[in-house]
Amino acid sequence: MPEITYRQALKDAMIDELERDDNVVIIGEEVAQYNGAYKITEGLLKKFGPKRIVDAPISEAGFIGMGIGASMLGIRPVMELMFWSFAYVAWDQIINNAASVRYMSGGLINVPIVIRGPANGGTGVGATHSHTPENFIANTPGLKVVCPSSPYDAKGLLKSAIRDNDPVYVMESTIMYNNKGEVPENDYVVPLGKADIKREGSDLSLIAHGPSVLVCLEAARVLSSEHGIEAEVVDLRSIRPLDEETIFNSVKKTNRAVLVEENKPFCGVGAQISHTIQSQVFDYLDAPIQRVSALDTPAIYSPPLEKKQLPKADVVVAKALEIC
Amino acid sequence: MTNTTANPPSGRQKPEKANLSNEAKSPVNSGLSSDQLISFYRDMIRIRRFEERSLRAYQQGKIAGFLHLYIGQESIAVGCVSLMGENDHIITAYRDHGHALAVGMGMDECMAELYGKATGCSKGKGGSMHYFDPAKRYWGGHGIVGGQTPLGAGLAYALKYKEIEGCALCFLGDGAINQGAFHESLNLAALWDLPVVYIVENNGYSMGTSQERSSVHPDAGIAARAEGYKMNWAHINGESIFDVREGVISAMELAKSESKPSLLEIHTYRYQGHSIADANHKKYRTKEEIEDYRKNHDPIVLYRNYLIEAKILDENSTKEIDQAAKAEAEASAQFAEESPFPPESDILKDVYWEEDNPEKKTSSGRIFFND
Repeated sequence: MPEITYRQALKDAMIDELERDDNVVIIGEEVAQYNGAYKITEGLLKKFGPKRIVDAPISEAGFIGMGIGASMLGIRPVMELMFWSFAYVAWDQIINNAASVRYMSGGLINVPIVIRGPANGGTGVGATHSHTPENFIANTPGLKVVCPSSPYDAKGLLKSAIRDNDPVYVMESTIMYNNKGEVPENDYVVPLGKADIKREGSDLSLIAHGPSVLVCLEAARVLSSEHGIEAEVVDLRSIRPLDEETIFNSVKKTNRAVLVEENKPFCGVGAQISHTIQSQVFDYLDAPIQRVSALDTPAIYSPPLEKKQLPKADVVVAKALEIC
Repeated sequence: MTNTTANPPSGRQKPEKANLSNEAKSPVNSGLSSDQLISFYRDMIRIRRFEERSLRAYQQGKIAGFLHLYIGQESIAVGCVSLMGENDHIITAYRDHGHALAVGMGMDECMAELYGKATGCSKGKGGSMHYFDPAKRYWGGHGIVGGQTPLGAGLAYALKYKEIEGCALCFLGDGAINQGAFHESLNLAALWDLPVVYIVENNGYSMGTSQERSSVHPDAGIAARAEGYKMNWAHINGESIFDVREGVISAMELAKSESKPSLLEIHTYRYQGHSIADANHKKYRTKEEIEDYRKNHDPIVLYRNYLIEAKILDENSTKEIDQAAKAEAEASAQFAEESPFPPESDILKDVYWEEDNPEKKTSSGRIFFND
């Protein structure tokens, strides 16, 4: 099977869906003539032209709200945020319009939009550029949010997101754009709401999403080679909807869980995972659920210190050893 | 989407005083039949009587939350909707009952929505600020000030994308013009030549704060802010339904024929407060000001006088229309009263399209997290 980058996987997904459905439009800052701030949309303008690939001015509330309005008439906009950190200037549109118009109209309207872009820190871009808002999105009924951690998942989830008739927000990571992985050439999708076991194990469940999955895989290697502990790595992939069955099956097998996330602790994704595990499979737990979140402060600039703020394999290993 | 560099025509000025006999002769109005002319009157009266009946219902405790009444502004909704073709769409803010009735939504479903009943136009799930009827190309009903203005640009964008010759009418109040999202919308509309007509219903007050205390704009008015976006703009006298039609039609034609947006400012007034909860509306406005509007500038009174003078209606028939409207409003309150509330199971519906269409659902996993 060919190996392609996470970046190429996202682009291939968009190409497939642009070809499949004339109503799909890519809108964002620098997506067309600049070929994408992170080159995700490179070459798309040349292939599809300016009607399908649209350069927006720096105006997130405007163009995202416009995309929501257009979607009510059947356009399927795939809107790029250069950083998910820029979503907050459009928050009213994202939460009060995209998430709510279906409910407030008693089901007469749906909003088939996608908003996608990198949601991560760790690149020295400072506090206002390093947000990971999947937890805020997941707290909002009416929205869906996915966090692919591999090229295969990126392509499959973005395609599902574009085909979905509800608002689906896709959280990527600049750190993962160059990562390579096997991706089939045929048309496939990864459905929303299905987690993935990235590594099987029977001693411990490491449950994560996005770049933290890669951190967990590294931690699992160390736990195995240095401590003889076989950790299972559960990649949530989809935060809302959430694959609880896979989580519970893993915890029933291992009896121990460490949740790893780049969210800050209070009301991070891990808070919900922790609640649902103890609520549904309490009797299977042999130890309290542990959690590694980003440190509870704004993102610091200084690169070596920023590394300390984010989940790292050695911290995950240490947490795991506390309960194994 | 290309840049527009053409300068817009200079702004239309608001006629100082309404003169319906003259305005009736303009091209957009002179061809109206008696039936059409009477229907405008009937629609304006129906809106007013509905609003008055809902005010009473609110005071009786039947309606919760906020109620933003359209009384005094009826000529705008009726006048604008009368110009809409089958490819024109409409969206507004929370003072939306008039627009809803004007596009043809029924008093029963509108009143039932206020009562929170299952028979409401949004099944009781939206309330006063959130009337919708996509089949009538009416896209709400929105509660956040200015929040609907990018949506209006979006409706226009979709029409243009699909090569449909239509336009979007996007209404907002004078209190919304300073929201950032509105500026973003104006820029996008002008940058991308979107067929959207922004209509500021300027009733002089954003909640309790006068327009003078809220906004900086050129001497030529709020609408002249459009010049900053090289956009067509115009003033319109909301007292006269004929002036509304004359002012708006050219903006709609500009949108449909050249795909260019406009910013229109329609001068109007509201007799009630910002909402019924606004206890100060006779404090931040003088009694004289309110009375002056009622006596000398009321769009329904002025139009009735014109129709009677032109012998299109007489006193008796206006009384009949009024009584019929009151009866219809009363019947809608009765309907609302007798309708059931939604069942508790409705709380979980209409959140996700997929959940409401399970046979087409492709995702799995847990989507609601109630314990």
